[in-house]
Amino acid sequence: MKNITKLGVVSALSLIVGASASFAETIKIAFIDPLSGPFASTGANGLHQFEFASDYMVNQKGGVLDGDMFEVVAFDNKISPKESLIQLQVAIDQGIRYIVQGNSSGVANALTEAIDKHNRRNPDSRVLFLNYAAVDPALTNEKCNFWHFRFDANADIKMDALTDVIVADENIKKVYIIGQDYSFGKAVSDAANMMLGEKRDDIEVVGDELHPIGKVKDFTPYARKIVASGADAVITGNWGADMLGLGKAIIDNGFEGPIYTYYAAGSGMTAAFGESGKDRIRLISQGSINPIGSEEARATYEAFEAKYPDGNIDQSRIFNVIGMLATAIEEAGTADDVVAVASKLEGMEYDSMWGGKLFMRPQDHQLIQDMHVGVHTDENIDFDFDQSGYGIVNESTIEMASMDSPTTCEMKRPE
Amino acid sequence: MTDQITTDPTKPSQRMRAGSMTLTFGPWIVAAVLLAVLPFIFTNNSSITIMNQMWITVIFALAYNMLLGQGGMLSFGHAVYAGVGGFACMHIMNASDFFAALPLPVLPVFGGLFGMGLAIIVGSFSTRSAGTVFAMISLGVGELIAACSVIIVAFFGGEEGVSGDRTYAMPFFGTEFLQQIEVYYLISGWVLISAALMYLWSRTPVGRMSNAVRDNPERAEFLGYSARWVRFYSFVASGFFAGVAGGLFAINYEILTEENLNTTSSGIILLVTFLGGVGFFFGPIIGAIAFTLLQTVLSLQTELWAFYAGTLFVATVMFFPGGLAGLMMMHVPVFRLGKARVLIRPYLKTLLPALIGILGLSALVEMVFHVRHAAYGDDEMTLFWTTFNSHDILPWVIAIGVTAVALGITRATAPALREAWNDANTAGGSA
Amino acid sequence: MDLILVNIIDGLVTGLLLFMLSAGLTLIFSMMGVLNFAHASFYMLGAYFAYQISIALGFWMGLLLAPLIVGVMGAGVERYGLRRVHQYGHVPELIFTFGLALLIEELVQFVWGKNQLPYSVPDVLNFTAFSIAGNSIPAYKIFMIFISIAIFIGLLYILTRTRVGMIIQAALSYPRTVEALGHNVPLIFMGVFGVGTALAGVAGVIAGPVLGTFPGMAFVLGSIVFVTIVIGGLGSLWGALVASLLIGWITTFAKSYNIEMADILNGIGIGTPENLDENLFRDFWTITSPQIADILPYILMVLILIFRPSGLFGKRHS
Repeated sequence: MKNITKLGVVSALSLIVGASASFAETIKIAFIDPLSGPFASTGANGLHQFEFASDYMVNQKGGVLDGDMFEVVAFDNKISPKESLIQLQVAIDQGIRYIVQGNSSGVANALTEAIDKHNRRNPDSRVLFLNYAAVDPALTNEKCNFWHFRFDANADIKMDALTDVIVADENIKKVYIIGQDYSFGKAVSDAANMMLGEKRDDIEVVGDELHPIGKVKDFTPYARKIVASGADAVITGNWGADMLGLGKAIIDNGFEGPIYTYYAAGSGMTAAFGESGKDRIRLISQGSINPIGSEEARATYEAFEAKYPDGNIDQSRIFNVIGMLATAIEEAGTADDVVAVASKLEGMEYDSMWGGKLFMRPQDHQLIQDMHVGVHTDENIDFDFDQSGYGIVNESTIEMASMDSPTTCEMKRPE
Repeated sequence: MTDQITTDPTKPSQRMRAGSMTLTFGPWIVAAVLLAVLPFIFTNNSSITIMNQMWITVIFALAYNMLLGQGGMLSFGHAVYAGVGGFACMHIMNASDFFAALPLPVLPVFGGLFGMGLAIIVGSFSTRSAGTVFAMISLGVGELIAACSVIIVAFFGGEEGVSGDRTYAMPFFGTEFLQQIEVYYLISGWVLISAALMYLWSRTPVGRMSNAVRDNPERAEFLGYSARWVRFYSFVASGFFAGVAGGLFAINYEILTEENLNTTSSGIILLVTFLGGVGFFFGPIIGAIAFTLLQTVLSLQTELWAFYAGTLFVATVMFFPGGLAGLMMMHVPVFRLGKARVLIRPYLKTLLPALIGILGLSALVEMVFHVRHAAYGDDEMTLFWTTFNSHDILPWVIAIGVTAVALGITRATAPALREAWNDANTAGGSA
Repeated sequence: MDLILVNIIDGLVTGLLLFMLSAGLTLIFSMMGVLNFAHASFYMLGAYFAYQISIALGFWMGLLLAPLIVGVMGAGVERYGLRRVHQYGHVPELIFTFGLALLIEELVQFVWGKNQLPYSVPDVLNFTAFSIAGNSIPAYKIFMIFISIAIFIGLLYILTRTRVGMIIQAALSYPRTVEALGHNVPLIFMGVFGVGTALAGVAGVIAGPVLGTFPGMAFVLGSIVFVTIVIGGLGSLWGALVASLLIGWITTFAKSYNIEMADILNGIGIGTPENLDENLFRDFWTITSPQIADILPYILMVLILIFRPSGLFGKRHS
């Protein structure tokens, strides 16, 4: 505590935040996501999973290369693109070469462009962008670049898998699509319309609408419209408070059918839906939790629960990010030359502990993996979410979903 | 009701005083030298990025204070003028032919013009009255335009915003603005120019009348000035400089998004300006620097930065309504009287323990937070370069002890400080 | 036709909820001239306290106790914070409440974490009251309507029929005179502030289970409360009621029916331009009413301020 008085000096010099040089023995990974503000819960949960994954999968097994350890450094971007770019610069100055981010495609967009520019302008301090959750298809299509890798399935792949399940259900004749009014919500709506039309032309889209993102206080009127339309199923890409509000309103106001979602689990949402969402909410995800993908995964999850009793592994792909990065560094024989690491990541095939194979498609850096559609229930649960007794149980699996889907990406590789 | 919400001119701390028409060059030269030298002290890119952010906020806050401090108009939606200016610059950047013939340093002028254009439209109806009506219209318009940003995709680019590449501009004396440092000097130049222009504006008849209208619109009207038009001109000028700040944002970040328009940004600039002090021209500058450090640097150290920021604002407004600048200017009379020496010792005696006490309190807050929210088995925490187990008794005893003792000393020495302060502010006596 | 009835009920629920917030705010404003930015934060505190109490003592005790705690906190804020800042003028007061809102949100995250809380409707009220053409009206909504109406009648009664109400009304207009008559005006201010925040607390307690209990809940509601009292006329209880209901119904109906901008423009004789995809105003043409439902109140407010700056029921305007 005697050092306490130093803080005054330090705050005066605090501009020198980037001065500390990187240590030789640690490979730092910058985690740039919201840790304060309205989306802090998602960000904090993601950070825990990253910290746990790098510790459990890499450091406890002796690290990579000659015992180099992974260290996750958290940067709070307050979900603002501007702050993200500042924090990116700070991270680069600290000698960090690997950036992970996932919340908000808007931020991902800003980051991927900034990183592309940075790597072009500063060939000495290039960085890689490992995107673990931003699913705007554009990131691996027209906006793709060599430095960006996406470990989550993009919105189109997810919808492809979801619609496979929906068309298999003969009871569904009418579908209502609702989403947030921004790029992702629109991408979901476009993909759903197109794919439903292609796969079964007798399904009628009885409603397709967008609502303002994060501004709707009460979803009841939307729920009324859905009931009135006579829809058999609802598809939504909503997340966060918008997902919970919409889901609750639909269920409370008399809608009987299934609700197909992208993000209706974890971060308190599973607990908040509880009994009312049972057998109603369906979720597209990757990585099998119930039943658990492998014994290794079970051990991992149990270790995670011991450390974070309130936490969930609701983004199992984070473990794939760490695992694949470690493998690529090992294969490249270096962590400093990111071009070499990226070249190893491209086209990598990897066996995920959560079940199934992973394949990093070289032409657009989109990870191809098994997709699962699960249901919110309290039966046959190995691992629940939010300590609620409820979890997501797989109902159907699409192996290597959208393996051959087209991409408009023209990958430019550095010489 | 019209003048419910204005700065209160009867309180010296909030009254922006009119100075003479002349511009003393001293402070400006110091500022210019400082701006030029800073990158040699803080050389890494992140410091430069943070300083860029600071200077942009400085321009924006100064523009905002043209309304709040000088004109007594409280706006809840000022981010939209900066944002629209920035978006316009972004579109110019993407208009390749035109942009290729434009030197980059000129671009913010266009941002300013677009910000001004919007201010002319909105100001035409919003400046008819001051006070609550003005404030509420600014809130409504701010919300509307922010909401439009996700609806009108053609101009605002939706949620992902509009991005471009500044390096496609016409090279400016051989500079392509590839590096942050080049952008830094561009922004620094603009900070000096804009600040000087805004300072001069406050010295023009319109700027002076703006003060008069703030203090007493009726008397200003009797003197033959239309309060409404005086407000309008201030508003438009403020919109111009906000737009310049937006243009610089576009150059620095090469992307503009919804966050440049939303009410959070508008609220932040209000807090920044107030934190710095609305009563002095240089107040917003201090506020911008302090807040950027809080937001960007403190958030690297602790997750609880917003909590500290909130506490700081509440404390500032409760105890120093003149803001940081007001706090500094309180000492001017003391220096005039040549009695600053009287204060040194009491200050050390009181403020040093106070500082330690505050740090101790924040340490306790951090420790509580760690015990509550850290992972199981993860008992170690690092605070002030000391790593310890937050579940042990000892660190708690030390932290509570140090805090209590420090605050106790502060309390005990406070009367002496007050006495010294009174003494220092009285002419003559024992110096 | 059935749907219209359902929408009227839904709009009523939204409106009355808004009213409970705006009633307190408008009282506080008319008395102290303070636009209390932290008002929605007290609403949030209400929900969080009620959740915490409901775990131990059940929903009903939460409904009873949480607003009391919130009210006491509100009174404390007035006594030890606002009263001090009051002497500096209105802008500092406003910034004080602004900072307070920030601080409360951080405190809530500090104590309860950042996740959604599983605060839910009590089992007694967790059933469908009745259905109209397949649309069920949950009993909880009926309960919300009754609570809000009871509060409105109670407030109206106290303000217009009791001695305390008379003094409060007098203190609104002539604080000095009332003080000269021997009444403790600062105490009245503190009481009104406490009651106003307690009302916000009640709103939080009953809205938490349906609208979600999370750290952003105050921000989501945020400025709409101001919009309500400005539209209604600052300081007018009836104005707050009418404006709340108006906003409730406008937003509900705008969301329930897909009215497209293209239809309106065609209706008034402007033809849809060819090549809409290329057109600069393409996004403007494709706007639908649900898209803009939640910003309609802001448009309404700006229009009202331009044409009738004192609001619908506002009396005082100098």
